[in-house]
Amino acid sequence: MDFNLTEDRRMLSDSLNRYLGDKYPVEHRNRVAYDLPCHDPEKWDEIAELGALFALAPEEAGGFGGGGFDISVVFEALGRALCPEPVLGAAMAARILTKLGTDQEALLSGATKYAVALAEVDAPYDLSEMACTASASGDGHALSGRKTSVYGGQVADVFIVAAMLDGAPALFAVQAGDAEVVGYPMMDGGGAAELLLDGTPGKLLAADAGAIVQDAINAGIVALCAEAVGAMDVTHATTVDYLKQRKQFGVPIGKFQVLQHRAVDMLTEIEQARSITIKAAAELDGPDAARFASMAKNMIGRAARLVAEEAIQMHGGIAMTWEYPVSHYAKRLVMLDAQLGDTDYHLSRIMADLAA
Amino acid sequence: MDLSFTKEELAFRDEVRSYLADNLPERISDAVRRGGELTKEMMEEWHAILQRKGWLATIWPKEYGGPGWTPVQKHIFEEECCRAYAPRIVPFGLSMLGPVLIRFGTEEQKAEILPRILDGTDWWCQGYSEPGAGSDLASLKTRAVRDGDEWVINGQKTWTTLGQHANKIFCLCRTDPDAKQQEGISFILVDLDTPGIEMRPIKLIEGGHEVNEVFFTDVRVPYGNLVGEENKGWTIAKYLLTHERTGIAGVGFSMQSLEEVKALARKVKRGGKRLIDDPLFAARIAQAEVDLEAMKITNLRMLFRAQEMGAPGPETSILKIKGTVIHQELKDLARRALGPVAAPFPGYLAEGNIMFGPDGTEHNAARYFNNRKTSIFGGSNEIQRNILSKAALEL
Repeated sequence: MDFNLTEDRRMLSDSLNRYLGDKYPVEHRNRVAYDLPCHDPEKWDEIAELGALFALAPEEAGGFGGGGFDISVVFEALGRALCPEPVLGAAMAARILTKLGTDQEALLSGATKYAVALAEVDAPYDLSEMACTASASGDGHALSGRKTSVYGGQVADVFIVAAMLDGAPALFAVQAGDAEVVGYPMMDGGGAAELLLDGTPGKLLAADAGAIVQDAINAGIVALCAEAVGAMDVTHATTVDYLKQRKQFGVPIGKFQVLQHRAVDMLTEIEQARSITIKAAAELDGPDAARFASMAKNMIGRAARLVAEEAIQMHGGIAMTWEYPVSHYAKRLVMLDAQLGDTDYHLSRIMADLAA
Repeated sequence: MDLSFTKEELAFRDEVRSYLADNLPERISDAVRRGGELTKEMMEEWHAILQRKGWLATIWPKEYGGPGWTPVQKHIFEEECCRAYAPRIVPFGLSMLGPVLIRFGTEEQKAEILPRILDGTDWWCQGYSEPGAGSDLASLKTRAVRDGDEWVINGQKTWTTLGQHANKIFCLCRTDPDAKQQEGISFILVDLDTPGIEMRPIKLIEGGHEVNEVFFTDVRVPYGNLVGEENKGWTIAKYLLTHERTGIAGVGFSMQSLEEVKALARKVKRGGKRLIDDPLFAARIAQAEVDLEAMKITNLRMLFRAQEMGAPGPETSILKIKGTVIHQELKDLARRALGPVAAPFPGYLAEGNIMFGPDGTEHNAARYFNNRKTSIFGGSNEIQRNILSKAALEL
């Protein structure tokens, strides 16, 4: 048993935290995050140079990581800085391409940006309900349907798209230039796109890809949970700081026990969330990866919302302003619940295990 | 990061598991499983079985008769004991007084008292709380006045767990009423046979006899029964509180309870289907299971930290707060799964006559009510929040 990071991961974590703290402060982040393209190409390249993307794939695939803790280290740092760059798409795509043995040098260097298109308007979480279809067409395949909320889709060069092929979910590579892409910034910062497919050409990556997609989702969940842990740590520290600074009734409001206990309850939930994220990361390449990913996403959904709402409440009016950073952290913490299955969706998956 | 046990730790786990399988009498594990009160003889018998193997004083150093385990080994041992439905080790001599004497006691005290704890000659109980001093323990009033070679003790202690089985009690007494609250307290050992002591049972919410109140009227004990320095008892009390923190999360007990709830919910029918197929109930179980899974890791993280740093940090209060709440939730679910079947007062439906659950569940309502104590004792969960607020958040 060892809860310390390996030396390599600690170094990556330190350099990412230092870089993002210096070069991607929240003022810059807010300038980037809420207007298209929701992306800073120069910073993206620098983040890639630090190894944040190479950490997402194993050595045999050209990277130097690829495990659950590599992903969590990168995303915890991104979460601390509330970084809106489209790294999640890279993480999930790297998982898929690694499983398929496909070359991904362009992904890992940051030269080619990937987005993974799974969600649909009427079925945001369940692949089994997918309406998007693919059919053979000439040498390749043609895809039709609409993919929604494709995170990072507004700047993606390549989309990895899930569509039904012969009654089973399959994965295709779709070039951004071949499809209609409608990008937009989101409430919590960062961009996404609607991907409108109408006989759009796609290169078949994997037929009957249910297991590969599930693995990518598990990895994406580890990423999101780690991002949330990083963002929760900052939000909580900011809140505790504020309790020490802010005076009302002649004393720092942190002297009031009702606020002390609530600040402790936030800490407790954050530590529990950190624990379950560690568990999901540790199990990512094990037989029960999906189960522990569901547990993590369920708990993160509850903890992140609590931390966001309590941080706003305990700050009072100031955290309701655009100017104060906590408001942006709170938005991200609440809205990431809607990515890759929310807290209730994942609870229902754990319940399904119970009934068995 | 590596969440797995080492090869040596796994071998140790197997050793513990097989010792328990071979040596824990079924009579005793059945009684634990059924959830009723254990007899004094059962607890003493179990202590003797562990002592035979040298596994009784799990946190004592080797030189005093402990097994010399790491925190991880102790954790594995506790987990395996829960898994096997072994009784909890009675902590007052072994986990509380023992470590205090080893740290603060004189050589004579150690030589005289420690062996008697190990061989079961003495059963210690704890004289801390008073009617007017619960969470605010430092306001305690039981007075010890020096008179030549003796202390003369007057006052009242309460919530004395299993005091009815004990022959000795360690007490926090006020020895300097003029000093600041924390600075006038001493840690004194008392023989319960001394004239002037009266112990009365306190009947608990579920009807059980687990705790007592103890009255001291002009009780005279030798001056040498003082442990550590005069008026420095609060230091000892605090040491004891930080010492007895591993296992505080009760993860093993919650795992037992989770399995019990699942088994019940698979057996009981509600609305034409198994209770476990009812989404409302299943959601509650699933939620508790997620919380417990996270707790297991939180527990290991704190354990790892204690092992790395040599001592547990204030964050261990998280284990108390969250661990007790999860366990209470599971006890609530077990009670609710049984519905009215949980209600009969224990003891009226004789063993072998009517058994409800898979492992005998006639004590379910009693356990639910009894376990409301866990968020109150050992520093209530509100006190734990105060500790965290001060020590971890510096508020």
